[in-house]
Amino acid sequence: MKYLCLIYDEEKKLGAMSKNESDAFMGEYFAFTEGIRKTGHFLGGEALQPVQTATTIRVRNGKLSTTDGPFAETKEQLGGFYLIDAKDLNDALQVASKIPSARLGSVEVRPIQEFSQP
Amino acid sequence: MSADAADQARAMVDTIYRSESRRVLATLIRLLGDFDLAEEALHDAVTAAVERWPEEGMPANPRAWLVSTGRFKAIDALRRRARFDAAVPELAARIEPEAQETTPDDDDAVADDRLRLIFTCCHPALPPDAQLALTLREVCGLTTEAIAHAFLSTPSTVAQRIVRAKAKIRDARIPYQVPSKADLPERLDVVLHVVYLVFNEGYSASSGDSLVRADLSNEAIRLGRLLLELLAEPEVMGLLALMLLHEARRAARTTAAGEMILLDEQDRSRWNREQIAEGQVLVEKALGSRRFGPYTLQAAIAAVHGEAPTAAATDWHQIVGLYDVLVRADPSPVVALNRAAAIAMRDGPLAGLTLIDAILATGDLTEYHLAHSARADLCRRLGRIADARAAYQRALDLARQEPERRFLHRRLGELPD
Repeated sequence: MKYLCLIYDEEKKLGAMSKNESDAFMGEYFAFTEGIRKTGHFLGGEALQPVQTATTIRVRNGKLSTTDGPFAETKEQLGGFYLIDAKDLNDALQVASKIPSARLGSVEVRPIQEFSQP
Repeated sequence: MSADAADQARAMVDTIYRSESRRVLATLIRLLGDFDLAEEALHDAVTAAVERWPEEGMPANPRAWLVSTGRFKAIDALRRRARFDAAVPELAARIEPEAQETTPDDDDAVADDRLRLIFTCCHPALPPDAQLALTLREVCGLTTEAIAHAFLSTPSTVAQRIVRAKAKIRDARIPYQVPSKADLPERLDVVLHVVYLVFNEGYSASSGDSLVRADLSNEAIRLGRLLLELLAEPEVMGLLALMLLHEARRAARTTAAGEMILLDEQDRSRWNREQIAEGQVLVEKALGSRRFGPYTLQAAIAAVHGEAPTAAATDWHQIVGLYDVLVRADPSPVVALNRAAAIAMRDGPLAGLTLIDAILATGDLTEYHLAHSARADLCRRLGRIADARAAYQRALDLARQEPERRFLHRRLGELPD
């Protein structure tokens, strides 16, 4: 079963890291990704650019409205994601708990909706 | 079938249903992989039993009979549905080979199924109120109406909570399994907490139908016994002991008119000695394991009270010692407050008051009525009547339960002018 692990970080906290801290943190991410590739959990994953680069759009009554920034202002921002393949929720939580940001921010684990083909 | 025979059959099935239905359900959930399907299968199997047992006689192993009948009924039902839903044949095919591998009358497998059911209902990915409702519904077999009544909620709210929880179990794929050794302590904590909440709801509630709520405490004790039978961990012993030791005082806690009686004024001859003795044995066993935690420590404190022939003869040195350990194991302000009250008994009201004022100064318990009533009581004993009056008044403003409010009114009235 597929799960999406949504990674929420405080960009301020990440921005305040020294070069060494930041390198070490990235190193942890590389090691984590390598680890879940080996166990076969990894299906995909990306880091996102900071939230200032985000644009939100809505279409209402056929009219497109475009606004700067994310959908909602929050303390923690969506910073990246992993798409993983796990046996069940416990397995997915095991994997997600090792994502480095779980220690600093939080990780939301969402099962992927599968639509059966007609 | 004559009316008599039908009645007899119904009674026979009822007896088996009461003793076996939860075990059968727990196994059917494993075999069928779905809560709703398993409940339907259980219902169908019981209906079949009422029809067939009077003629064919009761099977040698009624539980195994109900499990295999339920499983076949579920497969039949899935096949009938298959005409409408293309995904179902796969599911039915998946159920059959799995079902044949396991013998449903294997006692170990059945014990595991009941544990699986408990751990799944108390999975930390479910919201706390859903854990509670689901456990009472699936593990204890309480009706949605009874759960709603006990928690002063509506049946539709409880039903919705249960439906949502089952949907999450299915859609997020919460596995039906006993946690691994590494995860066990953390997962067991959630289970124990759910049982403890059920007990407290029945023990301390005085609003609503008190009879139903006392039943809730008994249900929690039953759950505790089941858990201990399946998983002899020290904290399981500790929690069961804690519940028994508190339950032992139920008859002495209120007057016939429903007025509250505090521990030091209770008629100790009305305490249930059998429950106290059982609780004490469990506490000693849990303490002996050296892997005990907060529940065992709280039970040990309750056991010291249980041993004291009179309030004055209570071993406060031992109680304070236990609180010292508890406050380290579970550093919560409420535990600190209780420790302060115990120190007041050992070293006098001034020592206790100093501690309570320090706890209140942190701001954690300023809205907790028992902190103010404890403070009021110590001020009264020190002869600081104006302070006592103000603190009782503050407690009264915060207290929600009628018997507690009446008690505080009484205490206020007893203060000298």
